[in-house]
Amino acid sequence: MNTPTNPTEALLARAQELRRTLGSNFRDELVEAIYTDAQTIADRAVIRSGSGKFDFDQRIDRLLTSPILGLPLMILVLAVVFWVTIAGANVPSQMLMTGLFWIENAGSSLFERLNAPWWLTGFVWHGVYRGLAWVVAVMLPPMAIFFPMFTILEDLGYLPRVAFNLDRLFGKAGAHGKQVLTMSMGFGCNAAGVIACRTIDSPRERLIAILTNNFVPCNGRWPTLILLATVFIAAAFPPKAASVAAAGSVVMVAVIGVLFTLIISGILSRTVLRGTPSAFTLELPPYRRPSLMRILYTSFIDRTMFVLWRAVVFSAPAGGLIWLLANITISGQPLALYLTDWLEPLGHAIGLDGVIVLAFIIAVPANEIVVPTILMLYLGNTMMTEEFSSSNDWRSLFVGEHDWTLLTAINLMIFSLLHNPCSTTIYTIWKETGSAKWTAFGALMPLALGLVVTFLIAQAWYLFT
Amino acid sequence: MSDCNSCSVCPASSALDRMGINVGKYDYVVALAGNPNTGKSSVFNAITGLRQHTGNWPGKTVSRAEGGYRFKGNRYKLVDLPGTYSLLSAAQDEEIARNFILFGRPDCTVVVTDATCLERNLNLALQVLEISAKVVVCVNLMDEAKRKGIEIDARALGRDLGVPVVLTSARTGDGLSALLRSIEEIVTGEITPEPHRVLRDGPFQHAVSELIPMIEEIAPGLPNARWVAMRLLDGDHRVRQALYTGELTQIAAEQKAYKETVPMNITYGSEE
Repeated sequence: MNTPTNPTEALLARAQELRRTLGSNFRDELVEAIYTDAQTIADRAVIRSGSGKFDFDQRIDRLLTSPILGLPLMILVLAVVFWVTIAGANVPSQMLMTGLFWIENAGSSLFERLNAPWWLTGFVWHGVYRGLAWVVAVMLPPMAIFFPMFTILEDLGYLPRVAFNLDRLFGKAGAHGKQVLTMSMGFGCNAAGVIACRTIDSPRERLIAILTNNFVPCNGRWPTLILLATVFIAAAFPPKAASVAAAGSVVMVAVIGVLFTLIISGILSRTVLRGTPSAFTLELPPYRRPSLMRILYTSFIDRTMFVLWRAVVFSAPAGGLIWLLANITISGQPLALYLTDWLEPLGHAIGLDGVIVLAFIIAVPANEIVVPTILMLYLGNTMMTEEFSSSNDWRSLFVGEHDWTLLTAINLMIFSLLHNPCSTTIYTIWKETGSAKWTAFGALMPLALGLVVTFLIAQAWYLFT
Repeated sequence: MSDCNSCSVCPASSALDRMGINVGKYDYVVALAGNPNTGKSSVFNAITGLRQHTGNWPGKTVSRAEGGYRFKGNRYKLVDLPGTYSLLSAAQDEEIARNFILFGRPDCTVVVTDATCLERNLNLALQVLEISAKVVVCVNLMDEAKRKGIEIDARALGRDLGVPVVLTSARTGDGLSALLRSIEEIVTGEITPEPHRVLRDGPFQHAVSELIPMIEEIAPGLPNARWVAMRLLDGDHRVRQALYTGELTQIAAEQKAYKETVPMNITYGSEE
């Protein structure tokens, strides 16, 4: 830093002087001159011939952003997207599972025939490979259906309309209306959502948006929600209504996430991050016809493959780790059992079990691997002889062998919505805020909230059953 | 207006060589600026052959992306900037755009505008013209404008603005080779633009011209002393502060260093 030099002083003094001679309304004059010139020039250059297209856009907007129908229509759109995802992902998931586990069995028997040591076969095939296989089978189909639909909505120009609809609610919570756009990015990936918060100019509102982004379930958590909704919620309904009920329950979780975003934003802006919401202009872009190639490219290469690759990178070591935990024994008991036994009281208190809690700890690097980790811990070292061709097979594993109840399913869904962000998101929060304090808050606040909410639900459940 | 750059017979397209992120050395730097959601990223992708994520909502690009192309033997580095409404604002993504236009010394700034709402978009274009002469105005989304019954008189617009005006539809590739040609004319100095300046005469311009040499004395080599003078006359405290602390010179140096040393890499809009 330089000490003020005389020329600087002289310049600033002269500038002040000139400013006075120019008069106080000079800025308005300049802005006005720019506007007037823009108008004159545009008038000369633009030739309009009447057309109905513009009215059509406006008519759709009046419906989609209407004060009464806007919100219900939005929830309906979301429900349809999930319903298509759930109904469509079922069959390919099963086919993938059958195929991938056939490879596992074939691979391990090949190793055995080659007289490979048992631990090598186990680590490679029942550890690393199985972790990969679960992640691909559980995640790929829903993502390959969900992302193209999401990209179509994005390209059509629907996202800013959603922001418009929710702006009033966010204003009441003292937050910025653009936070809705950052939330939409969070549906894909919370780390991307946190980066998107740069578009919010007020530091206070930007921080609120960053800290609450985790309340939107990211694609790493959708498969968990969809699987549980299919296995437990759908089963409670007649077959015809099953997929609708499953989609409805996933939408419920998303709506709960938005409610928590509003509540926490409201609390923050009335306590530590006090302030009034700032006004902003949001352009509602025209509806554009999405281009097919672009949608395919964005949704498969940028999104599906990006996310799947990340999951694969984290699931292979996790698979190996789980196999080691299940096969390293101390006084005849596998290590995993010590850990899950130790975590069991906590798990029980929040309506889950020790295995699920351990799965959430192993899945800190990537939420995608929660369900695969649970499955691997449950199935232990067994061969993949069990068929998972219908939701009844899943039920018999969860309910029949591991005593899950409806409470376990509900609390697992809630806990996967409300818990600490994945390590990538935590790192992004740190990079974007530059503050260790807010990073810790952003990581621990959702976890504490999740523990409290699931604890209360579980205790109420235990009381009444 | 029906040149298509995917057609192998077209001579204009054979002059274009998409280099993706492998820019390496380059001769010229071109910045893409414009209001949010005018299709800057589409223009960027069409020219560089890259797949920067595009999307139909304002504010998608939050950091700048870079790519390269070769046109008639010259190598260009193209910088896709976040959308901005004005050079006077404060949001972080807009600041990235502003700093680069002001201090990154692009050899040409392409202001991408939306043909369907040209008047509003011209506000930024006029602000850019106020501080730089090396500008091409790209009127994009012409396909959409045509569907809405809007035609643009490029000749009249170019005459009024004093810089080249090109009509494009980036998504279909229409007009892109004309755009590349105009950029070439600007960077090589083939044409000398006479940019439209608001408040051409009068005390304001006199005051600006008086301050410019003083600023250049304090911060030698600072591009756009003109903008600094305007901000000072507007009483911008941050610019005053920045002059005291030497921050302005530092920003200029950083942008320059970036231009010279940092290897080309692409930053996708939403993933880092």
